[in-house]
Amino acid sequence: MSSEDQQIREIRVHPIENGTVIDHINAGQALNVLKILKIPSSSSRVVSVLINAPSVHGRKDVVKIEGRELNVEEVDKIALIAPNATINIIRDFEVSEKDIVHIHSQIEGVVRCINPNCISNSNEPVTSKFAVSSNGRRTILRCSYCERIISDDIGEHLL
Amino acid sequence: MSFKDLHIISMKSFSRDMIDHVLNTAEMLEPIARDKAKSDILKGKVLGVMFFEPSTRTRMSFETAMMRLGGDVLSLGSVDASSIAKGETLADTIRVVDGYANAIVLRHNKEGAAQLASEFSSVPILNAGDGAGHHPTQTFLDLYTIRRESHLDGLKIALAGDLKYGRTVHSLCYALSLYGAEITLISPKELRLPAEIIEDLKSRNIKVTETESIEDAIEDIDVLYATRVQKERFPDPAEYRKVANSLLITPELLEKAKPELKVMHPLPRTNEIDPRVDNTKHACYFKQSFYGVPIRMALLALVMGALE
Repeated sequence: MSSEDQQIREIRVHPIENGTVIDHINAGQALNVLKILKIPSSSSRVVSVLINAPSVHGRKDVVKIEGRELNVEEVDKIALIAPNATINIIRDFEVSEKDIVHIHSQIEGVVRCINPNCISNSNEPVTSKFAVSSNGRRTILRCSYCERIISDDIGEHLL
Repeated sequence: MSFKDLHIISMKSFSRDMIDHVLNTAEMLEPIARDKAKSDILKGKVLGVMFFEPSTRTRMSFETAMMRLGGDVLSLGSVDASSIAKGETLADTIRVVDGYANAIVLRHNKEGAAQLASEFSSVPILNAGDGAGHHPTQTFLDLYTIRRESHLDGLKIALAGDLKYGRTVHSLCYALSLYGAEITLISPKELRLPAEIIEDLKSRNIKVTETESIEDAIEDIDVLYATRVQKERFPDPAEYRKVANSLLITPELLEKAKPELKVMHPLPRTNEIDPRVDNTKHACYFKQSFYGVPIRMALLALVMGALE
């Protein structure tokens, strides 16, 4: 391995002492994962992002956040845009917990309906609600109010 | 099967058995709708009528249905004269009106409004149209008309006009699929039925054919269901005229049809049906708007628990 390769390899997989590694994110969705985690505004910790990294299934994104463990709500949101993601909790440089994400059959208050004329987009005292289903690799959200479907660009409509 | 306190939001929550039960109940109540028999099974009950958008048939047939069964009607009246003009939410308005009424019929300009209302109401909500969404009582009355004037089993029906935006057509397609109807879709390419609805029908083993001309289908069908083609859907007036002409139903066109063919239209019509058709045995659209009364009587009596 050349010194340049070694340097690139270190940049890519540089271990973190404590924090979270979100692996197997669908290629191109890493920035939406950051949006879900409200990074950078929520934290001044070091965050590393790999986009289009080679993987056995083609390409993937990876996000590493130092000094932070995700809560359930954040993981549920990530599942919508990266249904194959794994969440690795790192403690003392070791993978302490490893979990796959789970897609719930109903979500509330996570995504805004794309239909501007949907009652959930008015000043009514309700949160958006969607029924979640899956069609192969695609996640499909159906608004519980107007039945409009969101599928390919869920990350664009996160609340 | 109990309909008591059931919200009537979308046809998708009804099975064929449930629809048949509503149609049977309407048939039983039809003499009362025609004022040939009397009933007061809804005496002492109040229907809250909340129309945020204009309506003639739906509103008046709901009110008549309630009165024919001995009940009373309480109307929101003009939106401008109500607290909605002060910015009151639909949710709050519903919570107020459900204290005054035993059921609420709601028409609103936003999709999902009836679903939202059902989440805040302790009395049944009957959706009388939510924006471009659902209008289930129209579908019930369409099915009732077909059953009374033609037949639902083995039906060959053509749906003509604006199949893209027409909310009545989408719900009707779903309901017809429960009866195994053979469906021909007649529309210009700009106004075709959305592909996902066609796919949905085909996945239910429904035979669906698409064409742009009524002439292609007229000889073989039992019911021709026309819908309004709105001029504003076409940027070019010449294109609108061409489409309107290709979808015009005339007595000459109907000479090629089966003698028992029925022409239906949810009304109001604009230029889809030549007025000369009104006097032919094929015309069924005014009967269709009357059938809204027994159907709405049935739904009101069922959800208020006056009938099982």
